[in-house]
Amino acid sequence: MIVASALTKRYPEGREALAGVSFEIADGEMAFITGHSGAGKSTLFRLMAGIERPTSGSIVVNGQNLAALRKGAVPYLRRNFGLIFQDQKLLFDRNVLANVMLPLAIVGLPHREAERRALAALDKVGLHGREKALPIALSGGEQQRLAIARAVVNRPAILLADEPTANLDAASAADILEIFRAFHQVGVTVIVATHDPQWMARLSPRILRLEQGRLLAGGTA
Amino acid sequence: MRIWLAQHRAALRDALRRLAGAPLGNILSLLVIGIVLTLPAAGWLALDNLGKAVGNAAGSQQISIFLNPDAERRDIGEIESRLRTTVPGQWRFIARETALKRLQDTEGMAEIVASLPRNPLPDAFVIEPADTRPDSLETLAGAFREWPKVAHVQLDSAWIKRFDAFLRIARLALSLLGGLLAAALVAVTFNTIRLQILAQADEIEVARLIGATDAFIRRPFQYYGALQGAFGGLLASLLIAVGSHLLSGPVGELVALYGGSFALHGPSSRDALLLTAAGAALGWLGAAFSVALHLRRETP
Repeated sequence: MIVASALTKRYPEGREALAGVSFEIADGEMAFITGHSGAGKSTLFRLMAGIERPTSGSIVVNGQNLAALRKGAVPYLRRNFGLIFQDQKLLFDRNVLANVMLPLAIVGLPHREAERRALAALDKVGLHGREKALPIALSGGEQQRLAIARAVVNRPAILLADEPTANLDAASAADILEIFRAFHQVGVTVIVATHDPQWMARLSPRILRLEQGRLLAGGTA
Repeated sequence: MRIWLAQHRAALRDALRRLAGAPLGNILSLLVIGIVLTLPAAGWLALDNLGKAVGNAAGSQQISIFLNPDAERRDIGEIESRLRTTVPGQWRFIARETALKRLQDTEGMAEIVASLPRNPLPDAFVIEPADTRPDSLETLAGAFREWPKVAHVQLDSAWIKRFDAFLRIARLALSLLGGLLAAALVAVTFNTIRLQILAQADEIEVARLIGATDAFIRRPFQYYGALQGAFGGLLASLLIAVGSHLLSGPVGELVALYGGSFALHGPSSRDALLLTAAGAALGWLGAAFSVALHLRRETP
């Protein structure tokens, strides 16, 4: 469960990226955060992932208030999330398998078990057989699927994605959203920040619409 | 605990992989670290050898007690008794007649001795105490001066005291040099690790974003720094051992020319272990500083 209350983020230069945003996302829900560029989607993504702290207000994830969380506890909180970044943040000097195994190395899973789970995650996103390839050798859609495999390999309860279909062609974007639907169907909370409205009708998610840092609407498309 | 150990094993493997991954750069770094550690360690070893050499010289240090001309057989017996009970070590009595005979036997002295109206030499004791520390010798000589019928006590320990003072200053200077070079080693490791961190900045950023703790990030770099320092320490031990081996012959010959005998000793296995541990600790410290600085800068 994610509960945001009067969430405000003001950057040092004075720009207010979010202003008094409040919402609740229940466990197992699929929610899309939408809005134009600069509406505050990525800021909200970063606040939910504990990458940044709110200027005021609170955001509670599974009972933990991220605004009051001590610094040392943040990494452990992030392990609850599967994070998919707009720029994917893949390690281009490591092969596909090593990229997916990184979150498992962080939690100290034995190498053999980590490899088994990483291969299973790659299989789920349709990258079976590409384990030894370097990310640079993958297409844009495959790179995004690799990012998803890395995000889900730790079996997180919440999948949080920032513009996952940006820069993808329609077919690749459809594949990615089908993967999200599959995870949602097995009970994973899926939260996607996107400015692309064309997928909402297909997935019927709950919509949180942001405009200039304010939440305009929350409902189902 | 099992997870913690597994993560340490993985960090060690990662550090070894990085060491093996850039052999030329690492060999050059090891050389620098080895030489930096060699300088103070070789200095310490040289001083240790000198101290032992002085100890050997002091081992034959003698105190001579010259008695009053009117000392009688009974007085000599009293002093012998006191020496026997209070002074650990060796001593011998030289009667004034024996001393005169020796002087007479010395080349060119026979005529001079023959021209003397009477024996001018006193009875004497020559003592070689077991405790040859300068302070102990001085105390002992002071005690002898208080004994009855003792006219003069001769102790030639001034050079030992001077040498002892020199050794103290040299050790202090070497400690300062060691401190400076240790700081240099920390700085070298700091810089090496900083370059590695810059090269792996993306990996560190991603790892932090997906839940890596600072300890997880730090660990491979600290192992790397410690391993580099430890190998540098081993190299320094090797360099010193080779240097000692090459010098031991010429030093032995030099000492023999002065009528002494002295064997230069190289670093013991304990010394090598200590040097390796010191190198590892300094390398670890440099790496820890470097990573801590980076993580602090990059923490939002």
